Amino acid sequence: MAAGTSTFLFDIAHLLAGGVLVLSLMLLVQDRLTAVINVFALQAVVLALSVGWQSLVQGAPHLLVTALITLLAKALIIPTALHRIVRKLDVHREIERVIGGGPTMLAGLGLVALSILVVHPVVETADPVAREDFAFALAVVLLGLLMMITRRNAVSQVVGFMSLENGLILAATGAKGMPLVVEVSVAFSVLIAFIVFGVFVFRIRERFDTVDVNVLERFRGEQREHL
Amino acid sequence: MTSLLAALPLAPVELVLVIPALAVPLLVVIPNYRASAIVNVIASGLTLAAGLALLAAARERGDFLIVDDFNIFFVVLTTFIGFTTSVYSATYIGHEIETGHLTPAFVRFYHAMYQAMMAAMNLALVANNIGLMWVGVEGATLATVMMVGIYRTEAAIEAAWKYFILGSVGIGLAFFGTILVYMVASSVVGTGVPAMAWDEIAKNAGALDSKLLSLAFVFLLVGYGTKAGLAPFHAWLPDAHAEGPTPISAVLSGLLLNVALYALLRFKMVVAGNLHAIDVGAILMTLGLASLVFAALMLYRRRDIKRLFAYSSIEHMGIAAFAFGLGGPLANFAGLLHMTMHSLIKSAIFFAVGHVVQAKGTQRIADISGLSVTHPMLAVGLALGVIGIVGLPPFGVFTSEFLLVSASVSRHPVLTVILVAGVILALGALVMRMQGLIFGAPTGKSDAVKASAIPLFVHLALAFAAGLWLPDPLVRWFRSVAALLG
Repeated sequence: MAAGTSTFLFDIAHLLAGGVLVLSLMLLVQDRLTAVINVFALQAVVLALSVGWQSLVQGAPHLLVTALITLLAKALIIPTALHRIVRKLDVHREIERVIGGGPTMLAGLGLVALSILVVHPVVETADPVAREDFAFALAVVLLGLLMMITRRNAVSQVVGFMSLENGLILAATGAKGMPLVVEVSVAFSVLIAFIVFGVFVFRIRERFDTVDVNVLERFRGEQREHL
Repeated sequence: MTSLLAALPLAPVELVLVIPALAVPLLVVIPNYRASAIVNVIASGLTLAAGLALLAAARERGDFLIVDDFNIFFVVLTTFIGFTTSVYSATYIGHEIETGHLTPAFVRFYHAMYQAMMAAMNLALVANNIGLMWVGVEGATLATVMMVGIYRTEAAIEAAWKYFILGSVGIGLAFFGTILVYMVASSVVGTGVPAMAWDEIAKNAGALDSKLLSLAFVFLLVGYGTKAGLAPFHAWLPDAHAEGPTPISAVLSGLLLNVALYALLRFKMVVAGNLHAIDVGAILMTLGLASLVFAALMLYRRRDIKRLFAYSSIEHMGIAAFAFGLGGPLANFAGLLHMTMHSLIKSAIFFAVGHVVQAKGTQRIADISGLSVTHPMLAVGLALGVIGIVGLPPFGVFTSEFLLVSASVSRHPVLTVILVAGVILALGALVMRMQGLIFGAPTGKSDAVKASAIPLFVHLALAFAAGLWLPDPLVRWFRSVAALLG
């Protein structure tokens, strides 16, 4: 492969992985639940493209399956179901965050810088595609965590968790030749996660007429006797 | 024995996975709760038989499954406690149905999830493929999350939610660590399935990139450490123990924490094989001591009986982590013995506590007293359990803690002082609480319960016997595993 084409291949891979990261940052600042779900769906589409591209670059056809699963489950089925939940519960206007958009964004940028600083010097031996991808993937994972911490709403915690999982898929596909077993397990965990989340979101709703997990805090076991 | 094993269509290592996995769909379709409780006990019993058959099986490896002395020991422990808990659970659940706390539909689901959890835990234990090991731990977590939320009270849902969120984050980070390990290994072993096989990775540990391996271990530590309930990643543990059905508290403390620590130890063995990687032992010792001291202090302020013993589990996982962090044949031996004894005694305590809560209708420690008058059998069981768990002789925990202290005192005198102080603090808290529970005048309501005493006293008898005398083959076994752990 000529040096020129290989740089080009890397650039596309980086572009797509970077796109996933940018969408993670966008997720952080969305105020409305419908917007959160839409941005998440878009992130899944870009992720599927990125995985598909990796399949081309690495000559690994099994990655196409992963890309397809990602596209179907995370870009179509899960967002549709989440939209239905939000419509049913009538909470789409809810603005719910612990700290404001500005500080959250700054924290997010800090995490991106941190993951680049951590991964770059460590992974010097690995091939460059994997190295850049890993920095991006770690950043996506950490941003997913940040989102779960700063949101008090069960649905956006779900989305935060699944965007964290997007980061994991990004990392798994960046590692060359990682066996299919693992990708299947990722898809499997997403499915199970969705079942569990679905059950819980409805149960919380059933009990409290809201999906705001703040309401739950009052019921902490140790404090129950004060009620 | 060997010829008998050869007659089986599947190897024991496959049977410990297949039996519970087949029981799941079967339990889903059985509508009668008595029948499903019996099927649950039978399936657990068969799994235990398969686990015991592993003792005679060949130590062999495949790319996906592995059988060695280290995991046979854990499989036997897991399937044994899985079996006794299923016996206990049958009486416990029967009472819950009679009092209307659970409906038969939920019990159907509960039994199916119980077997799913057993299958997943066994998978995590016998997996050679590190991705498969991750799937096992993840599966067991999800199954227990479902069971913790089964009462559908506010507190139960909150506990399950918290457990789920923290568990998923932990498991996500563990997966990231697993990918990193694969990346390190693939540059030495070659890409593909062999680079995910634990024994291949461990064999080539010395040649791996030490920086990347260290980074991977940090993720694995936070990930599996969360599952193992090590402070400061323990926040889910007390809630999950307190709000779920008590048989689940027993398996959470007795088994799931062990499985997570086991996964961590497998990776510790890899990282320890690399000279330039981070010092895993020091990290485990620090986390272990922090968990021990933190949990010991927290014990004094508990007002909920199941939370009290949940914090005691954090304390004991801390002691085990400290032992493995210290390393060396004696400390590893102590760590293995401690995990075994803790599993036996803590699940016995939860067996007793479950019936106590059913009898008194409350989990508040202040509302439970005078058990020795109203429920003498449970009071004796609980008292013996507490004496065992705080490390008083002649129970096995005393032996393991004594061995640990004698292993560490010459190498780290200051840390040993902290260790002993933590153990004594915990002893004070638990003995103080136990007096209030057992003696004094009986207060509040006290219903009669059909308690199942056999699992409770079998566990206590085993822990008692181990404190007095460990059979030679067992000692040799523990020694060989301790040597494996390095």
